[in-house]
Amino acid sequence: MSDAKPVLEIRNLRGGYGEVDILNGIDLVLREKEILTVAGTNGAGKSTLAKAIVGLLPRVTGEIRVDGQDILAVPTYRRMAHGIGYVPQVSNVFAALSITENLQVVAGVPDRKRRIEEMFALFPLLGERRRARAGSLSGGERQQLAFARALMSRPTLMVLDEPTAALAPAKVAEAFALIARLPSLGVSTLIVEQRARQSLAISDWGSILDGGKVALEGAADVLLADPRAAALYLGQAG
Amino acid sequence: MEAYLVAIAIVALIYVLLALGLTLQYGFTGLINFGHVGFFAIGAYTSAILAMNGLPLVLSFAAGTIVAGLAAWPIGLIALRLRDDYFAIVTLGFSETVRLVITSEKWLTNGVQGIPAIPRMFAGISVGSLASFAVLAVLLVVTIVAILGMGRIVKSPFGRIIEAIRDNEDAVKALGKDPARFKVQVLILGSGLAGLAGAFYAHYITYIVPDQFIPLVTFYVWMAIIIGGVGRVSGAVVGTVLLMVLLEGSRFIRDVMPFISDVEMASVRLGVIGLLLILFTIYRPQGLMGDFTRR
Repeated sequence: MSDAKPVLEIRNLRGGYGEVDILNGIDLVLREKEILTVAGTNGAGKSTLAKAIVGLLPRVTGEIRVDGQDILAVPTYRRMAHGIGYVPQVSNVFAALSITENLQVVAGVPDRKRRIEEMFALFPLLGERRRARAGSLSGGERQQLAFARALMSRPTLMVLDEPTAALAPAKVAEAFALIARLPSLGVSTLIVEQRARQSLAISDWGSILDGGKVALEGAADVLLADPRAAALYLGQAG
Repeated sequence: MEAYLVAIAIVALIYVLLALGLTLQYGFTGLINFGHVGFFAIGAYTSAILAMNGLPLVLSFAAGTIVAGLAAWPIGLIALRLRDDYFAIVTLGFSETVRLVITSEKWLTNGVQGIPAIPRMFAGISVGSLASFAVLAVLLVVTIVAILGMGRIVKSPFGRIIEAIRDNEDAVKALGKDPARFKVQVLILGSGLAGLAGAFYAHYITYIVPDQFIPLVTFYVWMAIIIGGVGRVSGAVVGTVLLMVLLEGSRFIRDVMPFISDVEMASVRLGVIGLLLILFTIYRPQGLMGDFTRR
């Protein structure tokens, strides 16, 4: 493990939607300006973990610490104030609103107009089409907008739920290149991803889930070379 | 014929107010309110009872609007914790409860006998048709103000958030906004509009009974906004006007099909509306004025 300060610490996280636990005692740490890939087969609990961090899982126990503060009991809409940005897997933009309006929805952004222009500088394509309805954008453009919207609040931690799931294959590398830039923006990133190999390739660390638990974890390059890790997410793209 | 057309126009505008309220709730925010008629009833009875007790009409109208809006507040707080379909059932239950309370609380509402001789608007105008025109004019102004107000709400930061809630409530939460607060506000605003419509209804018809506030009224409003296009202010207006034309126009089916009895006629009218709704759902699901995602 690096010496960087932990941004996200998860201890013995359990929970699910109904009575059955999907998360069965997850422990993991994400450090400052690092990227952590959470991989695993379908049903391993990856997206459920992302939802738990953001506060969208109805039943959850354990500890989720962001910058040392336990946020488990904090409602979803207050977690953004703890520096969490979230890019959901599906319906990740507000289709009826324009690109600019999508960015204006974000709460508590000081000097909002300037921040929106900063986002347009970061994502020039969005700036060019700022009045376009988000529903008219391509998958890749929607993904950029979802990223820009999550970055509006200057998060220190980004949670990305399968960010390449809805993308055309040609756009996947572009999305990973974008994610790889996040540490330079001061953002620590947790990616839940089916394309485990490509995601690990841009990550510092990896955690492979199996049955709602961390089955294997370590440095991303080590996991990439580990046949046990490949076996755990085998059958998936990447 | 002129008096008939004025009467139809007045009822149509009352339904436009109802449709605007539901458009705000469902079209823009995604709240499935199957109990809209409950707030219509609260507005009608509140205004009627207060006016019967000597309150000036302007104040009784305001009271009808406010009481209907406030009635939505606790419903919102309780029901918004529920999933969409359960929320719909709760609101339907609420409207039926309102009707049952009105029916059973005779001391206040006169029960099933209803409230007769509710003070008319413009009672000072002795010529009946002139008074009706005056009601139509006031209702038209109120409707235009409501339409303009809705337009402003939709284009405001508040409007952006409620539309975002309709698209993805979880994403809104993750962006630091509490959807429940906005949904309660929308429920109050839309129900207030229904209450105002109820006040107009009570003082125009001048006789209200619980049976005028059955769930069918809610579903007429739903039909109107589906036909017009949900999530569009213009859809609420166009859909309601078309619904009224169909409801009233179907009366004239008797002219070409004289063998149909009155009882059968009522069923034929509903059948025509139902068929239209099915055809719209299949061939133009976005409604006449278009899909809300293409504004």
